[in-house]
Amino acid sequence: MAARAIWKGILHVGSHRVPVKLYSAVEEHGVHFRLLHERSREPVRQQLVDPSSDEVVPYADVQRGFAVPEGYVILKKDELDQLVPEASRDVTIERFVPTQKLGPEWHVRPYYLGPDGEDEAYFALAQALGETDREGVAHWVMRGHEYTGALRASDGYLMLITLRHADEVIKREELPRPEGRAHSDKELKMAEQLIGAYEDAFDPEQYHDEYRERVLAFVEAKAKGKAPRLKKPITKSEETKLSDALAKSLAGLRKTGGEKAGTADLGSRARGRASTTAQKKPAAHKASPKKERHVA
Amino acid sequence: MPSRKSKQTSPSSAADDAASEDSGQPAGGRSFWSGTISFGLVTIPVELYSATRSTRSSLRMLAPSGNPVARRYFTDEGKPIDSAALARGYELDKGDYVLVSDDELDALAPEQSRDIDLSRFVDRAAIPPLFFERAYILAPSGKSNVAYRLLAATLERSDKAGIASFVMRGKQYVVAIVAEEGLLRAETLRFADELRTPKSIGLPGPVEASAAKVKAMRSAIEHEQKASVPDKELADTYWQRLEALVEKKQKHQQDIVSPEPVEESDDDMAEVIDLVAILKKSLGQKSAPSAASADSKPKKSAPARAARATKTQRTTKKAPAKKAPAKKKAAAR
Repeated sequence: MAARAIWKGILHVGSHRVPVKLYSAVEEHGVHFRLLHERSREPVRQQLVDPSSDEVVPYADVQRGFAVPEGYVILKKDELDQLVPEASRDVTIERFVPTQKLGPEWHVRPYYLGPDGEDEAYFALAQALGETDREGVAHWVMRGHEYTGALRASDGYLMLITLRHADEVIKREELPRPEGRAHSDKELKMAEQLIGAYEDAFDPEQYHDEYRERVLAFVEAKAKGKAPRLKKPITKSEETKLSDALAKSLAGLRKTGGEKAGTADLGSRARGRASTTAQKKPAAHKASPKKERHVA
Repeated sequence: MPSRKSKQTSPSSAADDAASEDSGQPAGGRSFWSGTISFGLVTIPVELYSATRSTRSSLRMLAPSGNPVARRYFTDEGKPIDSAALARGYELDKGDYVLVSDDELDALAPEQSRDIDLSRFVDRAAIPPLFFERAYILAPSGKSNVAYRLLAATLERSDKAGIASFVMRGKQYVVAIVAEEGLLRAETLRFADELRTPKSIGLPGPVEASAAKVKAMRSAIEHEQKASVPDKELADTYWQRLEALVEKKQKHQQDIVSPEPVEESDDDMAEVIDLVAILKKSLGQKSAPSAASADSKPKKSAPARAARATKTQRTTKKAPAKKAPAKKKAAAR
């Protein structure tokens, strides 16, 4: 079933105009509960109340206030209306940066863009963005709000990912780098080997929201009158088995190349340092009980 | 569209609480989660902090008296309902609800796990950006940061991301652990079935663009290419205009109300959490404990950025008995 476009706009790249339609790229699958009055099983209504008098405040009587040390500055409706940006269909893009410049911490929500006439211009832009490995910084106004977004190519199509504002993101420069003694070449090599042993393709299909699935199944069973007996589930399933298997193979790796190469030192060196013993030691044994469980 | 503001007008507090549980920082500057990352036989104790902070929290809804409004529940006939008389229902058929209790949800929730078990490493670039949901920063919390730094250095050098699934606050997440400039970050990922594709949306199949057209687009892109994005281009211009208006009115002592604080109002002048200071402390505790601890206390509200009341706190205050339902709603997505 084709999705409905949320918005239509025109991308401006240099002198080129690319008309597009915007679609949400995300389809949230939540489990939604309603708050009910327990006795009547009727949904409750939430209302706004003045806590000083317990009286209900109709939404039309609510005023906006901006918190300041002396109380609140009241912002009237017409004052707020004046701050709303002018409606426009234009998406301006005046900057293209390397795609890794704005990391995931900037991302809010992804949207797909589809061509809205002029298909060739659309696909030419997608191809050009993909080839240059750049993303455009886009600005537009939609439904009374100003947005900044990253315009990217994804498998030959265009995406627009809305971005956070500068002061919302904790910048890399704001944080210190954890410091300590330099790692030895052996440690680095060993760590690389470990990661190499676990290397695989990104396979998003293998992960499921099992909790959501369980809640839905439970609700349906309960509705049919067979309230299932609930037991605390053991969640670690496929994942753990995989990691057990890998841990096993890694143990082999440690045995063969380990002693000479100083492999075992990765743990033991840290262990040697004062009180880390307690934390590290159980870790070293961690794999074995799991393995047994796996086998059994 | 993403509307952080919709909170205030949302008719359902369930949605409210869910949204804030997921997006806010926990009160008091605690980390979201603490546990261990394990890779191979190495375990790394870490704390997880949000990599983003909310900035638009000073705008409030006020009653005509000037008091910030509170949210309460009523029956259809307008009778107030005590929060203890609320229940959670799942609507199977229109108007027909299955009641679900806290205990039942607890039993369904995944077992708390203190482990992010990195069982798979992938090329960082192999994760399409649309999978990324929320960004967190991981700080080392053990006595030694050696293993932390080693994992960070190795991930960074190899440009890999570690993938794991884990449980945080009653919800199951898939997470990508990446490293940047010596810091480990955790990015929660969306589930594959939550993402649309050009095909599922019904976008037309690709049209072969002429070489000339592609070249023209390329040169337009190259003409505007820059190395980075200045903060100015990512500024919250609406909020800047709003703050300017507030300052002007403040200067002229215009339209200022100073209501007597009411115990149960929607306005806990909560402590502003200086996340950076907390993180600095976490990250710096090995090398420079004294320097970091000086500014590591959560700061009390600064004027305009004041008053970020976390929903979590509010819920606790108003309806201690029903705190759990709100949490569950966040959990059961």
